[in-house]
Amino acid sequence: MEKFVQVERVGQTFDTKKGKFVALRDIDLTIKQGEFIALIGHSGCGKSTLLNLIAGLTLPSSGVLLLEDREIAGPGPERAVVFQNHSLLPWLTCFENVYLAVERVFGTKEGKAKLKERTAAAINLVGLDHASAKYPNEISGGMKQRVGIARALSMQPKVLLMDEPFGALDALTRARLQDELMKICEVSKATTVMVTHDVDEAVLLSDRIVMMTNGPAATIGEILEVKLPRPRDRLVLAHDPSYINYRAAVLEFLYQKQAHVEKIAA
Amino acid sequence: MSAAILNVDFGLEKPVDRAPKEVLLGAISGSPAMVLPVAEPAKEEKMEKVASLPAVDLSTPFSEKLASVGRAVLPPVLGMVILIGIWYIATMKGGSIPGPLQTWDAAAVLFADPFYRNGPNDQGIGWNILSSLQRVAIGFGFAALVGIPLGFILGRSAFLAAMINPIISLLRPVSPLAWLPIGLLVFQRADPAATYTIFICSIWPMIMNTAQGVQRVPQDYLNVARVLALSEWKVVTKILFPAVLPYILTGIRLSIGTAWLVIVAAEMLTGGVGIGFWVWDEWNNLKVEHIIIAIFVIGIVGLLLEQALILLAKKLTKESS
Repeated sequence: MEKFVQVERVGQTFDTKKGKFVALRDIDLTIKQGEFIALIGHSGCGKSTLLNLIAGLTLPSSGVLLLEDREIAGPGPERAVVFQNHSLLPWLTCFENVYLAVERVFGTKEGKAKLKERTAAAINLVGLDHASAKYPNEISGGMKQRVGIARALSMQPKVLLMDEPFGALDALTRARLQDELMKICEVSKATTVMVTHDVDEAVLLSDRIVMMTNGPAATIGEILEVKLPRPRDRLVLAHDPSYINYRAAVLEFLYQKQAHVEKIAA
Repeated sequence: MSAAILNVDFGLEKPVDRAPKEVLLGAISGSPAMVLPVAEPAKEEKMEKVASLPAVDLSTPFSEKLASVGRAVLPPVLGMVILIGIWYIATMKGGSIPGPLQTWDAAAVLFADPFYRNGPNDQGIGWNILSSLQRVAIGFGFAALVGIPLGFILGRSAFLAAMINPIISLLRPVSPLAWLPIGLLVFQRADPAATYTIFICSIWPMIMNTAQGVQRVPQDYLNVARVLALSEWKVVTKILFPAVLPYILTGIRLSIGTAWLVIVAAEMLTGGVGIGFWVWDEWNNLKVEHIIIAIFVIGIVGLLLEQALILLAKKLTKESS
């Protein structure tokens, strides 16, 4: 499907104590089914705001967002979100955290055994069989994030939304999870939108990189199509001239065209 | 000599800095109620502590352990000993207030048979404590039954909170005893009126803490609920209740403290059976040593209630966090 997610003339303003704050303006974006999109930009450019709009957690001040030609009017399980800080419920085990989502989505149609099977499968997908019965505070940050991904995937969402999912992790764990995520997306063919500030992550994972201008009143600056064949291997790509070019293009956008000028008292 | 010098040198920056903190920590972690009856071993502990002090820097683990136990036990025991010492000295010359020894003897007699019954106005101290506890339990239970759900509602609805918060602010500073006449009027009997004052004084902390807890549920968890589009029932049972539980437990702890304070005063006014009434009765009998015993008993029971709730809170939140 060519026009799976449509973002049309979307703007977002917030009412603050100092008056209206324009976070986003004139956002137009069409996402194909199965596509992997990265949203990149300096902090404060509203990339998370855009993600929340697609999730339906906030509603746009102007414009409209569509999923399969239906308006996005609120949050829902067909648009699963992997939150920046994993947001697992600390009083539930990893299994129960995922089960809560599975039960919500499939509980009306399927029996308990099948629901448990789905939960176990999702946890298996992120390689956490051994930690299934553990509580979130008993596992590492990387594992928590994987449970968060498992929870999102278990719902078999139409769109997977990820808000800097690996931002808080160390470089090695992040690389491993990126590789895992690529495999998972390969298998599940999930349409994915990921907010990131990591240039390598964006180039490695995405089909298209949406680069945003600096806020306030941020909008889409450029869209870079990454035509690297899949499956992608970070070691091979490290010397690939086109990979290096893509990387350079993003860096150029971020540090030349959108160089973060210290604002004169915004 | 060299060791002493070394110690002094060292002492200038580190142990001086460290020692008060450890004493403080010991005082906090050592629960005074538990160490109350062990007055004798304190001397030994003290000796151990003195002996092991120079060895601390060499840190043999066993003496380290003994020293830390000593540090934990010594300050509260010392505090008790000083208190009783002052009491002893103050009452040495006689007078209307009995000394510690007289009180101890009276307590021995009293606790030899705590559960006797010679008619409604002469019962053992055990019965008096139990009937006070029963009133607290009933009043407090009703307060929890009403206050916790009400707190949830106020926490969830800004409109209702704005509506009811001024009323709560107005009524909360009122002494629960001011409600006693109303209770007597409504219930026509002393016993439920006392229970009712407990209800009144317990309910405020429960409402306030629960409502505050509901308002402070992290937005992340609520976002999870929104993305999953959970039913209101699931939101309450899986997200709100576990997240608010620590606040509820704080409310319960605060209100049981107040309830135990209030019951003594309420029973003094209503009479019947109960520790508060017993204090007043012994005052009328001029048995001052019994009043002092009652003060200790009330203190210990209050402390035990509080400790039990802290323990419960630890257990519940450990399971849920």
